[in-house]
Amino acid sequence: MSVDAATVRKIASLARIAVTDGDVEAMVPELNNILGWIEQLGEVDTDGVDPLAAVIPNHQRLRDDVVTDGNIRDKVLSNAPQAEHGFFAVPKVIE
Amino acid sequence: MTDITELGIAGLRDGFRDGDFSAREIADAFTAKVATGKALNAFIIETPDHAIAAAGAADKARATGELLPLSGVPLGIKDLFCTAGYQTTAASNMLGGFVPPYESTVTGKLFAAGAGMLGKLNLDQFAMGSSNETSAFGNVISPWRRTDGNAALAPGGSSGGSSSAIAARLVPAATGTDTGGSIRQPAAFTGITGIKPTYGRCSRFGIVAFASSLDQAGAMAQDVRDSAILLEAMSGFDPKDSTSLDVSVPHWEANLSSDLKGKKVGIPKEYRVDNMPAEIDALWQQGIEWLRDAGAEIVDVSLPHTRYALPTYYIIAPAEASSNLARYDGVRYGLRDLPDGANLQDMYAATRAAGFGPEVKRRILIGTYVLSAGFYDAYYTKAQKVRALIARDFEQAFKQVDVLLTPTAPSAAFALGEKSADPLEMYLNDVFTVPASLAGVPAMSVPAGLDAQGLPLGLQIIGRPLDEQGVLNAGLAIEQRAGFSAQPQNWWAK
Repeated sequence: MSVDAATVRKIASLARIAVTDGDVEAMVPELNNILGWIEQLGEVDTDGVDPLAAVIPNHQRLRDDVVTDGNIRDKVLSNAPQAEHGFFAVPKVIE
Repeated sequence: MTDITELGIAGLRDGFRDGDFSAREIADAFTAKVATGKALNAFIIETPDHAIAAAGAADKARATGELLPLSGVPLGIKDLFCTAGYQTTAASNMLGGFVPPYESTVTGKLFAAGAGMLGKLNLDQFAMGSSNETSAFGNVISPWRRTDGNAALAPGGSSGGSSSAIAARLVPAATGTDTGGSIRQPAAFTGITGIKPTYGRCSRFGIVAFASSLDQAGAMAQDVRDSAILLEAMSGFDPKDSTSLDVSVPHWEANLSSDLKGKKVGIPKEYRVDNMPAEIDALWQQGIEWLRDAGAEIVDVSLPHTRYALPTYYIIAPAEASSNLARYDGVRYGLRDLPDGANLQDMYAATRAAGFGPEVKRRILIGTYVLSAGFYDAYYTKAQKVRALIARDFEQAFKQVDVLLTPTAPSAAFALGEKSADPLEMYLNDVFTVPASLAGVPAMSVPAGLDAQGLPLGLQIIGRPLDEQGVLNAGLAIEQRAGFSAQPQNWWAK
């Protein structure tokens, strides 16, 4: 499987990264080089092998469904590029 | 009096306890030393106020007899650990100016144990890199140089600020993180010791996430004992990390022993790769002899899927990174790029284009591709199956032997710029470190010798899950026999 310029543009759009034509041109051979190398995994016989779920066996812990944190609105907002009236602010969204 | 800044953790801790010097004298000596090392670019920010405040508390504690395990010891902290009130960037413009309102569990433990912080150490951007050339804050330079020239050498990556600062004795020890070798390879390149514990030993809470099923914090230090002390203080169960292991932390330092009688050391034949420099092969043979001398029995073993570890890693790590790094959206923290008239979607795309460096974008795109509809099974599921086989290889090997011995890296430190043109060539430098990361098992690098150019080479010891003690002990046996005492010539201090 190899990627072309249209595919790179589509991936970049899915990843929400703006790309220029120059970026795309540079990325096509780079990504193909890496993806081509990854293809060698196809040689490995994985019939009947379950995908790995956890490297070290561990149990899923549960805790009581209670509030453990809170009342830190200003802390949460302290690094926001734009915060107004106690909220994160974003450009107007009109549907 | 000895130069305080030549001492490691144990020397500082014990000298401070014995009254040879005050914690304030230690902090002053190291903050002055840090200021001389700017040419190495190992620090993103220096935090002398933190180190001095911790020293003040340590001096008071000594007066009242309430010493903590790391009282008097200042450390460098990789800038991937969130530190409350101190800028944390992951070496990316995306987090430029980010000041966490909370503390990572690991740094919280270290500070609660009495340690101070000398500064936040440079790294590859979001810990993605093997040479420290992807940082938005400039390359870190290794203090080491080849005997035949002054080319600027890579300190390894991603924990290159940590390795450079320790090798130059700007800090006695530092935290690192290891996703595919980011503690062990820089340790090998700079003649220091670095240990990545079992996945789940150190909490990931507050560490800027790269690939969550692989990321693991660890210790970087001058020697094995210091690594044991530091790792002990960093480890422990944390309910804030869902993959944290709820097991007690052993007394690794107290139980150090280089007597390997009755132990079996495996030599995996698949690590004998093509084009390996003869010097590294010879050092590996020497390491085998050292461990035999320490009483161990040497056993040939096979890890048949070793050669598939790197391609597996370069599916899983980017896939997890593309998911983890989706959080950088210009809304809640970090950079926002809002072009005139842009809508919300434009803002996301512009912010991420401006904030991420080229290697980070490359990995996000690969990750997005391998997880996209129609390709998920062919890439991601396949990689997780191969990963299961790689983990099984280790399980089988550890039925026969207690630890494995391999080289840490297939080369000594390379020059900056030498591998950065070809991403794939850079990835291949992690060939010996990635398998243990995929299997989640503990592994460490110890300095074992110099190459013909006078550059350090490391040997890697890989152990069973939760057997950091076995890894440290074998490391100690090598350390005692290698007698590695070389240090770089000081060309950087002004």
